[in-house]
Amino acid sequence: MPEKTLQKTPGQTIGPFFAYGTVYPKMHEVVHPYSPGAIVLGGTVYDGAGAAIPDSMIEIFGADSDGSVPRARGAHHRDDHSFTGYGRSFTRDDGRYEFWTRNPGAAPGKAAFFAVVVFARGLPDKLHTRIYLPDDEAALAADPLLSSLDPEERATLIATRLPDGSLQHDIRLQGEKETVFLAF
Amino acid sequence: MTDADPTPAAPESLLASADFPPQSQITKEIQDLHAEYERREAAGEKLPLTMHDFPPYRSSLLRHPTKNPKLVDPETIELHSPAFGQRDVAAIESDLTLQHSGEPLGERITVRGRLLDSWGRPVPNQLIEIWQANSAGRYIHQRDQHPAPLDPNFTGAGRTITDDNGEYLFTTIKPGPYPWKNHQNAWRPAHIHFSVFGSAFTQRIITQMYFPGDPLFALDPIYNSIRRQQDRERLISTYDHDLTVPEFSMAYRWDIVVDGPDATWTEPEGEH
Repeated sequence: MPEKTLQKTPGQTIGPFFAYGTVYPKMHEVVHPYSPGAIVLGGTVYDGAGAAIPDSMIEIFGADSDGSVPRARGAHHRDDHSFTGYGRSFTRDDGRYEFWTRNPGAAPGKAAFFAVVVFARGLPDKLHTRIYLPDDEAALAADPLLSSLDPEERATLIATRLPDGSLQHDIRLQGEKETVFLAF
Repeated sequence: MTDADPTPAAPESLLASADFPPQSQITKEIQDLHAEYERREAAGEKLPLTMHDFPPYRSSLLRHPTKNPKLVDPETIELHSPAFGQRDVAAIESDLTLQHSGEPLGERITVRGRLLDSWGRPVPNQLIEIWQANSAGRYIHQRDQHPAPLDPNFTGAGRTITDDNGEYLFTTIKPGPYPWKNHQNAWRPAHIHFSVFGSAFTQRIITQMYFPGDPLFALDPIYNSIRRQQDRERLISTYDHDLTVPEFSMAYRWDIVVDGPDATWTEPEGEH
């Protein structure tokens, strides 16, 4: 690839007043609730003092259940049948975010994960992370990113499967069990 | 599911910093940190454009990661972006002056620019969302308690999809500066928030566009969380007289560059 010719535009905090500018109908419904294969993916976002963060915005982008990358348009104007793989959730007063989505499939020989971006008041720029599905232990063991981490760091990237099939995954911006964030 | 203890949303008064220092102290902290980053960079350290750990922005103290991010190769889904199209946004949503029955107060402006990748190629069909304060410096958000008037004819949110040349255009009014509680007599320079998607999810960016010549630049910890002058200036729009509409509106131009994409380049897809 040729050398980059333009310097990127720097990021800034999303600030405190983003809700009315970024909200849209059904933004956290990547799939229609209770449609076949629909699950809840949710968790709490915490700060370095262990307090829940009520003013953050979480975005996910995931493959379809067969591992294919969704190319359908309409992520911002849901029609309840096109799978776009993309969703957005504001944390509530108790710091919890939630999505309705499907379990993403994996690329051949890879571990399945959601790509995640975190924004918040007080966070000067975006953060990238991943939420891995916990189910395929062999694939997780073979994952290059996960195998480069110590067990405690690794645990911050793998969701917990609850008995009802939903996924639980907390995000900690700072402190003990700080989530592993990514640079590309 | 295990819910955390419910914490009520902070009222605006609680957004004040704990120590509430004077502007002179914040300005000194900013200058000292910029000098320190320059030294560290000269010593060979690689630093991001925007510093996550930037104490003059007091809200960041407990909200920035303390560990360096892990460098990874983007995989499958990260090499693509959510796909948007003209169906995602109505054309009228890019005109923030037409959302109510009357005309909003303030200086009517056009903001126009191009969304480009690291090689200057236009990024078409991607979503750009904006939000801003009104001309008096007041957000419509419930938690903004700044005692400046709300404008019944201005909400301050807009969105658009970049066209085939990667161009976007908004019609709005110029936002006012507004006070906040990071420190004593803290004022944000006038700005418009931009949320932008590139052609890969790794390019996702939320940032702020500023106006040329603002006297508040040197005083603002958020603007200065970008450590180098030349990068801060990338967020300042340019007054463009050729874009003005005679006897109607002023105009500013601002291009946005998303990083990468760091993948084999393929022809951009057409509208499905």
